[in-house]
Amino acid sequence: MIRRSVTLLVALGVVGLLALDHAQSQPLNPYTAPPLLALGSGLAATGGHCAAPPPPAQ
Amino acid sequence: MSTATAPVDTTPSGVSRGIMILVVGALVLAVALLAGPRFGVVLLIGLGFGLTLEGFRFGFTGPWRRMILERDASGLIAQLICIGIVALAAFPLLAANGAELKGAHAPIGLAMIGGAFVFGAAMQVVLGCGSGTLVNAGSGNAVGAVALPFFAIGSFGGAYHLSWWTSLGSLPVVALEGTQGLMITLAGLAAVAVLALLVGVKGSHRLPRRYWGAILVLAGLAILHLMVAGQPWGVVYGLGLWVAKGVVAMGGDLSGSAFWAAPGNAAQVQASLLTDITSLTDLGLIGGAALMAWWRAGLASPVGKLPARAWLAVIVAGLVLGYSSRLAFGCNIGAFFSGIGTGSAHGWVWFVAAFAGSWVGIRLRPVLGLEAKR
Repeated sequence: MIRRSVTLLVALGVVGLLALDHAQSQPLNPYTAPPLLALGSGLAATGGHCAAPPPPAQ
Repeated sequence: MSTATAPVDTTPSGVSRGIMILVVGALVLAVALLAGPRFGVVLLIGLGFGLTLEGFRFGFTGPWRRMILERDASGLIAQLICIGIVALAAFPLLAANGAELKGAHAPIGLAMIGGAFVFGAAMQVVLGCGSGTLVNAGSGNAVGAVALPFFAIGSFGGAYHLSWWTSLGSLPVVALEGTQGLMITLAGLAAVAVLALLVGVKGSHRLPRRYWGAILVLAGLAILHLMVAGQPWGVVYGLGLWVAKGVVAMGGDLSGSAFWAAPGNAAQVQASLLTDITSLTDLGLIGGAALMAWWRAGLASPVGKLPARAWLAVIVAGLVLGYSSRLAFGCNIGAFFSGIGTGSAHGWVWFVAAFAGSWVGIRLRPVLGLEAKR
């Protein structure tokens, strides 16, 4: 096996992930998307991040 | 008559390269048009991260390994300089735009420290941290490709239990801010660099030219990421999200997890991955690394053979990487690079704990069959 085969398998996995995501997620709507730059947008950053403290335990 | 065959030249032609650039450009444009311009640019930044890390052969795990095994401090010093440049831009940006931009600020706690230690060990076992595993998988490294799905599963599990782990003992978030915070951060980075030079072998201060290229491009992309996305570069949130979406697709219920049931995360599970910042940079890392490996004709080399126990170790290490990185509030990118670069005290504690874990992980590799015993 060569590295190209591994890369192709990974690419297939990514395509599968995106296909599954497309099938089950809410449809995309670019008209409700945030502005290009967060800086200067006046909007609070809301994206998920690994450093974000979690909610309290239930 | 010679029977030897000439090596096949797999270098892509100029036409192939041109077509590839058009295809990648079209994909980025499609994301920008379908999901929104910010998400197209974030994907482009992610591709830049992947191209840079693979192109300059720069990373986080390898330099730590060389520091521990060979006392070659050059890679670690390159990382510290890169973080310092990011901090120079991030501190004033965060101070002036606190409502729009956020740092990678997390609390120091028992599980955080333990998670960072275990992560440091596991990343040396597979020779790949968060970004490293994605880059390795994209560039055809079989160990990275096998570890990646288990990394994602572990990340989902770690996030699922994160609130419980954090409740075991955690301090309030401590973040350095403003000019004073920046000065303390730069002094800290300089102090670690001096210590590394003192411990390192002679000549460690001479960084190879490729390191300087990586330092400047990575720092520029990281600062751009903060300005575009409103948050610093991160990796592991996106991986866990991919599995959370899979669990929901199979009829699973995430309401039992304080983390996945939280409004922001529950909404992201329902939304497209093309609107999640860390998913886009993760996909970009894979794609950028694959593109660079193809460009340099590096995909024709054979995949190394490993014994069965080594593959089992890779799978377990992948799970551990994912789970521990959530407890530690990030990997080398989210905690070390972005945490320190935006003033979080947890980034410094993460660095110490993960470096100690790396020392253990390096010694585990031969035992697990991943390299010859020294």
